Amino acid sequence: MRPLPPALAAHPELDSWVRVDLAATITVFTGKVELGQGLLGALARIAADELDVALARLRVQTADTRHGLDERFTAGSLSMMDSGTALRQAAAEARAVLLELAAGQLGVPIERLEVADGTITDVAKGGSVSYWELSGGRPLRRRASGAVQPKAAQAHRAVGSEARNRIDLRGLIDGTTRFVGDLRSEGMLHGRVVRPPSPAARLLSFEDGAMRELDGVVAVVRRGSFVGVLAEREEQAVAAAELARRRARWAQAETLPAASALAAWLRAQPDEAFLIRDGVPAGAAEPPDSETAWTHLASYSRPYLMHASIGPSAAMALWERGQLTVWTHSQGVYVLREALAQALGLDHDAIRAVHVVGPGCYGHNGADDAAFDAALLAIEAPGRPVLLKWSRADEHQWEPYGSPALVELRAVLDDDGRIADWSHEVWGTTHRLRPMVDGSPNLLAGEHLDPPLGRRGPTPFLAKEAGIHRNATPIYEFPRSRVVKHFVAAMPLRTSSLRSLGAYANVFAIESFMDELARGSGRSPLHFRLAHLRDPRAREVLEAAVDAAGWGGAPSAQAGRGSGIALARYKNSAAYAAVVVSLRVDDATAAIWLERIVIAADCGEVVDPSGAINQLEGGALQSASWTLKEQVAFDASSVTSVDWDSYPILRFSEVPAVETRLLDRPGLPFLGTGEATQGPTAAAIANAVADAVGLRLRDTPFTPARVREAALAAA
Amino acid sequence: MVAARVVEEFELDVNGRREIVRVAAGTPLLMVLRNDLGLTAAKYGCGLEQCFACAVLVDGEATTSCATPVESFVGRRIVTLEGLAADGELHPVQQAFLEEEAAQCGYCIPGMIIGAVALLRRERKPTEEQIRAALDPHLCRCGTHWRILKAVRRAAGQA
Repeated sequence: MRPLPPALAAHPELDSWVRVDLAATITVFTGKVELGQGLLGALARIAADELDVALARLRVQTADTRHGLDERFTAGSLSMMDSGTALRQAAAEARAVLLELAAGQLGVPIERLEVADGTITDVAKGGSVSYWELSGGRPLRRRASGAVQPKAAQAHRAVGSEARNRIDLRGLIDGTTRFVGDLRSEGMLHGRVVRPPSPAARLLSFEDGAMRELDGVVAVVRRGSFVGVLAEREEQAVAAAELARRRARWAQAETLPAASALAAWLRAQPDEAFLIRDGVPAGAAEPPDSETAWTHLASYSRPYLMHASIGPSAAMALWERGQLTVWTHSQGVYVLREALAQALGLDHDAIRAVHVVGPGCYGHNGADDAAFDAALLAIEAPGRPVLLKWSRADEHQWEPYGSPALVELRAVLDDDGRIADWSHEVWGTTHRLRPMVDGSPNLLAGEHLDPPLGRRGPTPFLAKEAGIHRNATPIYEFPRSRVVKHFVAAMPLRTSSLRSLGAYANVFAIESFMDELARGSGRSPLHFRLAHLRDPRAREVLEAAVDAAGWGGAPSAQAGRGSGIALARYKNSAAYAAVVVSLRVDDATAAIWLERIVIAADCGEVVDPSGAINQLEGGALQSASWTLKEQVAFDASSVTSVDWDSYPILRFSEVPAVETRLLDRPGLPFLGTGEATQGPTAAAIANAVADAVGLRLRDTPFTPARVREAALAAA
Repeated sequence: MVAARVVEEFELDVNGRREIVRVAAGTPLLMVLRNDLGLTAAKYGCGLEQCFACAVLVDGEATTSCATPVESFVGRRIVTLEGLAADGELHPVQQAFLEEEAAQCGYCIPGMIIGAVALLRRERKPTEEQIRAALDPHLCRCGTHWRILKAVRRAAGQA
């Protein structure tokens, strides 16, 4: 017996995963959701191979609390590892059950049966029966046993195929995909919220008389500092919200730190320090050994970053006969249901949360908060579906941001130029203000209700490779090393999981520092890394990137142009990625222009090469945007990044050529793809700038102003 | 007091059809397309003409629809993403996006395709600079830019 994959062990009924439909299709289920990462297509490939059916017959149904397949969050690059591995086993077992049924029906031993596109044939006598004749529309009523072995890698046809056949792509291109904000329903109302002007603001007074006279306005909701409107038509809801904004008087407070000195602010806060051993917080950290004669020190930082989805958050909710249904682009509908139940004082059974695709979220953005907003408004209009949409300013000002970070690194280089001692200390605020943490709901409107929902202060995330300390442990092997996580509980701005969490800042720092140490001692950044690197898969990825880029670490021969490399294994347990960046720094404007990004990655077994490359390259370009351009701006009381002019992101004129070399590992576990390249890309850019112009940039974003500051400091 | 906006009748030319809509003057075209005509491919991204998720063709030009009132479009030829395919056949630009798998979440893609169609109408053989310039107002957050560029080059017969 094989041990069942954890998600299958938790939900062993095969009917939870696979359904032979009435029509000649197969529906497979997952507790994960499609976020634009290509999950649907990848799961369909896995099931098609195990069940021996054509890919076109596969339907994939994502998380819906009514179905009961609870896989918590779609996060952490774990969808393939969790759901993909479970579905593979479930589909293999479902095929075995169907073969058993066929053997009974045809009266022949199983060994004589073969399956081709869902039709089971007796190879000796030629009798045949299809999955649909055997079981169409009927449950299998069997539990996974672990007695069936999924197919060997060499038998895969769909898995690993270079074919570009992502099953949900056509709808995205012909416009037929219904995103959550595209939902329409009979009798539907449009909802908008009127957020406070700043995080600490409280509503003093609000004149809503005139608003109720506006055309189409059905309800004006005020609960404490939460204000929302419902109208028959969308433009009426927008007009009512605009008027409400003008009629509201707020008490504001100056609660935000100086945006220009965020790293210093982090460093000065009271914190909880944990020593990290093998990626796990293992007790309180002592101050660093003052006896160590550190030969090299450097500190790196990143500011608050936005998820900055192109589509603001939205949700639809219907409150009818004591039942609440929410259509949401949440990453975790089951967790959202728990949070909604507690926030609204309802039983779980009274709530259904259904995932509907949304604009890319890149982690925990405003999706869950919008679902709660929709629910609060829907309760005011029983029996009528409410489509709630955030505005662009709502999204920019109120999504939970990616946490700021400060990383201080120290090293001792021995006489041979090898690292003898290493210290990594990282400061940050929480990365997991998920909708439900430590048993209490975290939903934005809850902070504005009267009384507010009792959200507790954030607590340190102590799991392996979690949050702030994700990838704080170096991939390299040093004789002595020490890793410390400083958890800062203060949270002037809400923060939560942004793609790659702490890995972005930690890898940026480690891989920049490695480069500084190499260059400082006149060594090739490639050979210096290899000299400290034992993991053969990591070495192979590094060498593949260098080979694909045709650049082995030689210093730039052309002033203003340079290349840099960086490497990481996400969470020190998932995908390996090495990134080579080539760029030029404009002498007149101090602007950094990326010319080329080359990625090499080992993501374990690759299910969909085109999809994996899309994720790896998307991660790299998003990281390039964070690294070159992005920081949430705020004054003493309010976020001032309210639109795309005040929070610019990467544009087509700034996009480099991108290419990827995948190292496929058929038969090995899936390692995920979505968060592997962010950290290495940031460091590779910094290292390429150093190569191009000899300036070391240690604080993102690398704006022209930062480049000039570095030049002045170096002069 | 708030002056109630008067609901008026507007005649629009959308995807080759004559459509009569009854909405308040001042309503952005995007809301009319999505809510009154059920054409939801064009997306709300910012309402500020900053991201082009809402782009549609207006007399052949890629135009934002999120902030300009419906009355400005009377007498103009509007084509949305839904109007590009002919007899179930994808437009060559759509086909190129499909072949390059140039989408991740897909939210910005309708606007991108509209932008590329408008460009290729203007320039049959655009240069790399012209492609980038045409798409520069369009924002993508998934980092699909390089594939989108490849798709447009493919549609232009340069791949």
